[in-house]
Amino acid sequence: MHELPVTENILKVVLRHAEEAKAVKVISVSLRIGELSDIIDEWLQRYFDYLSKGTPAEGAALKVERMPVVFRCEGCGESFHVKIREVKDVVCPACGGGKATFVSGREFFIKDIEVI
Amino acid sequence: MTEIRLIEIKEDILADNDKVAEEIRNRLHSRQVFMLNLMASPGGGKTSLIIETLRGLKQSMRAGVIEGDIDSMVDAEKVAKEGIPAVQLRTGGACHLDAVMVEMALREMDLYALDLIIIENIGNLVCPAEFDTGAVKNAMILSVPEGDDKPLKYPLMFTVCDALVVNKIDYLTMADFDMKVLKERVLKLNPKIRIFEVSCKTGEGIPAWIQWLRDEVANFKK
Repeated sequence: MHELPVTENILKVVLRHAEEAKAVKVISVSLRIGELSDIIDEWLQRYFDYLSKGTPAEGAALKVERMPVVFRCEGCGESFHVKIREVKDVVCPACGGGKATFVSGREFFIKDIEVI
Repeated sequence: MTEIRLIEIKEDILADNDKVAEEIRNRLHSRQVFMLNLMASPGGGKTSLIIETLRGLKQSMRAGVIEGDIDSMVDAEKVAKEGIPAVQLRTGGACHLDAVMVEMALREMDLYALDLIIIENIGNLVCPAEFDTGAVKNAMILSVPEGDDKPLKYPLMFTVCDALVVNKIDYLTMADFDMKVLKERVLKLNPKIRIFEVSCKTGEGIPAWIQWLRDEVANFKK
């Protein structure tokens, strides 16, 4: 739902780095977004295309790498991926333990850009 | 031939917002004003909880409210009726408050005359979780009729909050809501979260929640 302000931020950061590198065109933007984020990739690209018109980033492709939600089992220490919105409960695949804590899946950053 | 170059960035997408949020926190700290960001679904009981909370704190604290509800003055009027200074942010169709919007509201408030500010964020369990408002602590309400499965549907919200208020516990007898299961689900996502079972209607559980807030404000002012 909030893809528009997020896209504005992405474009701002991308253009700043492109300018610093004296690039004439941005080819692609790689993003790392955790599965916990509700951002929808298609909307990001659509807003990006709209906002970047007339800038060196016009036409750049957004590549979104989704980072999985990871929990760690308190019983055996195993770290495992959880499809958080699909499961009813978080259970350790190694030992079957039900006590696990959230480790990661909130990433939200721009990894790199390809420019010419 | 033009060569394609790869530029490493590794920058947070919301770095701008986070920067403003940090500036707000620094300013609040120097003015000794504690700010709480309260989030919930529409109808979860944000305004009721704020009113109950501020009634309980009236004798000991000077409080203000930032209302972020969408294009309506209803909540601000309810709060103002209690004699509490409220700033209404006209957020139009926005789905969340961010630090820049909160900053605008803070400009309307006399920070020297306040100990506590509560932000009533926009009714939504998705977007507000993603944006730092500059608040010192985050709290959320989950009301019993919404169901005990919400931590699985809105996991980010439950991970960013310091306190969870389970409101409308007077509905528990009528609802298919398992408090034990809810707590297990929430604590898995966020082992440090404090959980309060309350009913704004009957007043049950409100004192424990208010005590938590009072302690947090006292710790902050130390």
